[in-house]
Amino acid sequence: MSSFSVTEPSIQQKWIAGTLVIGYALITLLPLVWILATGFKSSPDSIAYPPKVTFQPSLEGYVNLFTTQMRQTPQYLAEHPPGTWYEEIVHNKGMVIAGPSRFGERFMNSVIIGFGSTFLSVFLGTLAAYAFSRYRIPLKDDLLFFILSTRMMPPIAVAIPIFLMFRSLGLSDTHLGMILLYTAVNLSLSVWLLKGFIDEIPREYEEAALIDGYTRFQAFYKVVLPQAATGIASTAIFCLIFSWNEYAFAVLLTSGTAQTAPPFIPTIIGVGGQDWPAVAAGATLFLVPVMVFTILLRKHLLRGITFGAVRK
Amino acid sequence: MSETVMDRVAKATPTRVARRIKGLSDRAIAWIFVAPTIFLLLAVNIFPLIWTIRLSFTNFKANRPNLDVKWIGLRNYERILTDSDIWITMQATAHFVFWTLFFEVLLGFALAWLINRKFRGNDLWTTIIVLPMMLSPAVVGNFWTFLYQPQIGLFNYAISFVTGIDPTSFSMIGDVALAPWSIVIVDTWMWTPFVMLICLAGLRSIPDTIYEAAECDRASAWRQFWTITVPMVLPFLMLAVLFRGIENFKMFDLVVQLTGGGPGSTTELTSINLKREAFEKWRTGYSSAYAIILFVTVFGLASIYVKALNKVKER
Repeated sequence: MSSFSVTEPSIQQKWIAGTLVIGYALITLLPLVWILATGFKSSPDSIAYPPKVTFQPSLEGYVNLFTTQMRQTPQYLAEHPPGTWYEEIVHNKGMVIAGPSRFGERFMNSVIIGFGSTFLSVFLGTLAAYAFSRYRIPLKDDLLFFILSTRMMPPIAVAIPIFLMFRSLGLSDTHLGMILLYTAVNLSLSVWLLKGFIDEIPREYEEAALIDGYTRFQAFYKVVLPQAATGIASTAIFCLIFSWNEYAFAVLLTSGTAQTAPPFIPTIIGVGGQDWPAVAAGATLFLVPVMVFTILLRKHLLRGITFGAVRK
Repeated sequence: MSETVMDRVAKATPTRVARRIKGLSDRAIAWIFVAPTIFLLLAVNIFPLIWTIRLSFTNFKANRPNLDVKWIGLRNYERILTDSDIWITMQATAHFVFWTLFFEVLLGFALAWLINRKFRGNDLWTTIIVLPMMLSPAVVGNFWTFLYQPQIGLFNYAISFVTGIDPTSFSMIGDVALAPWSIVIVDTWMWTPFVMLICLAGLRSIPDTIYEAAECDRASAWRQFWTITVPMVLPFLMLAVLFRGIENFKMFDLVVQLTGGGPGSTTELTSINLKREAFEKWRTGYSSAYAIILFVTVFGLASIYVKALNKVKER
């Protein structure tokens, strides 16, 4: 900076601040790095004392994650040599692969329920947000507050009647039930966020379109929607991350066919307790997409986490 | 601008009629757009809430739907409010909420203040710090139990590395005295960035000119901090506390995976306790009353707090 400014921090201050922040960031990253590393450790390496920083990378964790295995007699193993690299890893432990594990299924459930509920909540949320932004609706503020207040309820508190309701409607442990539930939970976020984004689009654009002979509806999807595209995209990512991470409803309302990954990953066990490399491998696959999305979202992050209350 | 057909039609129509037609269609669109959202929220939130209220006056047990349901009035509420176990749970929750807020505000504000020194690369590091906040609490919480293992865990090893204490001599989640802190540590790790981001927005909203004016008046840096920075960031900070307060009062996923409420019931927060009552002991009526009490508490505290927040904003 060429001109003198009293508010610009000195070089020294910047150095100290930078060092402290980077120090904190590195400490905060450690658990995440450890998840990543543990996924590539062999079982003995993962539970070594002292904790191993350097190790021979192994895909054992990932193989364990995706397969179920059986112990076999040395005789059987000798008669059936491993055909592929992953069979060999299992073979070396004196086991054979019995079949695929449930992880793939559970991960797909997370994808289906996540995308399904995201699509629905953004779709409904966009319509509602547009109406709240542009039209006079009686009791508008009360309705908006009501929509927000649904977030204050502890999930366990509504889980009891939802559990009963789903049971009588045949929705328990189904994809549809979970999609509807997560849509309802996400609606408060999507309506509030999108209302903020749509409020920022000047009304003049639509008015011009109306004068040009567009109907209200055409003005909405030909003028407003393209303008709100960034906002809609970031809202969608927030909804997706929420459904992706949700645990309380998932663990109470699903057990088999529609179970998502968060309740499943902690239940991955090996011989004598949790199989940490496999758990870490599952966690890595599950967490990495969210990290990528977070980096993509960084400009809108603040807005999303405060329901649009702080816009920067 | 040339007159379109629409304008001419509009002019030809008597204003009152025109307004009514326009108003009608607008209102119809508005309702068509809002109705599905309201309907879904009523079905998935309000209807269950009313159902919970109804159940809370009964002795219903969801695992025995054939048992005849008796209307027992306020007895469930009476039992909960006089139950000493529930007060232990409430204390555990209060401990958790208070200390997580304390550390998150302290660290979050400090980090935001440091990042606002605008050193090179601060955007990149902000994004890195934010990562834990976006991850699945259940999955991460489960992995933290591994980090907390006395012999092989990274956390214990790091502590022994820094302080020289034998890493096998303490167990964060197995020890009655340490377990309440183990959940505070993980929550602080996860959610400090949340407070940090909001504080950062607050700090960035303060115009430079105020500091320049203070500098002209020869106010010390210390004085500037307390009379400009803190009051201007306060509404943001209070908002962050509101969000975190509500979330941590409802805390379930992270802690259930970390400690499962144990050892004993030292970390049994209200949501975990409620889950036990409702889905393990199947005391549906009783836990419905419990849920209502929790909801009223969150809602009441939040409303009082929002009033205070608005007062701070007005200043």
